[in-house]
Amino acid sequence: MPDARRGPGRLLVAVYGVFAISATARSAVQIVSRFGDAPVAYLLSALAALVYVVATVALARDALRLALVACGIELVGVLVVGTWSLAAPEAFPDATVWSVYGQGYGFVPLVLPVVGLWWIRRVSTRQRSVRSGPGARWRPRPP
Amino acid sequence: MHDTVASILIGASLLLAAWCLVYVALDRRLDNPLFYGLAAIEVALVAQLVGGSIALANTTREVDGASFIGYLLTALLILPGAVVWSVAEKSRWGTAVLVVACLVVAVMVVRMQQIWAGGA
Repeated sequence: MPDARRGPGRLLVAVYGVFAISATARSAVQIVSRFGDAPVAYLLSALAALVYVVATVALARDALRLALVACGIELVGVLVVGTWSLAAPEAFPDATVWSVYGQGYGFVPLVLPVVGLWWIRRVSTRQRSVRSGPGARWRPRPP
Repeated sequence: MHDTVASILIGASLLLAAWCLVYVALDRRLDNPLFYGLAAIEVALVAQLVGGSIALANTTREVDGASFIGYLLTALLILPGAVVWSVAEKSRWGTAVLVVACLVVAVMVVRMQQIWAGGA
C-alpha cells in the first residue's frame, strides 16, 4: 500500500518537521517575551506553528485527510498573510513565518504546501488504485 | 561565543551536506564514515552548547539569552532526529533527509552567531 511516509514523503516530513520546530520556537519566544508589541503578527505566528505541527504529525502518521486540511490551511495562510503583510506592513512590526510569502525562509513556506498537497494527492490516488485495481478482489489467471 | 568554533561548525556542516548530496546522487545510504562525520558535528554542537552557555553567563553585553540557548539546545536534536527518521527509508530519499539536516545545522549556527552579535 502506498504510504505518505515512503520515498519523497520521507524528505517532505523532515522539511515539515524543521518548520514545525522553528515556527513553534519562534512563536513561543515572541509570545512569552513581547506579545503586546504585535499581537496580530504573533497570533498568526502561533497559528502557523500549529498548522506546521499538525501537518508534520499527519504526514508522519499517514493520516492523509488531516494532512490535506493542514496543508490547505497552510497554503491559504501563506497567501493571505503574505498579501496582507505587503498591503499593510504596519500590522506586522515583527516578521512571521508567512510574511511576504515566507521571504525570510527563502520562500520555502510558499512552496511547501504546494508540494505537500501534490504529494497527498499522488499517494491517495495510488492508494485508491491499489484498493480498487486488479489484485484487490480479482487476480488475473496465469497464461 | 567562539567565532572559530562556529565557523568550523558551519564549514563542516556544509561539507557533510555536500557529502550526503553526493550519496543521494549515487543512490547510497548512510554508512559508517558518514555516520562518524555526523557524530563529530554532534560532539562539536555539544561543545558549542557548553562554551556558549559559559560565554553567556560571563558576558556583560545585552544578548537575547533565551533565543541563544534555545538555538544551542534545538541544534542538538536535529542530527539524531534526522538519522532516526532517515534510516527507516531504504532509498535515496532517506539520505536526502540528512542533506536537509546538515543545512539546517549550518543555518542554525549562523543564527546563533547573529544572536550573539546582537540585533536580529
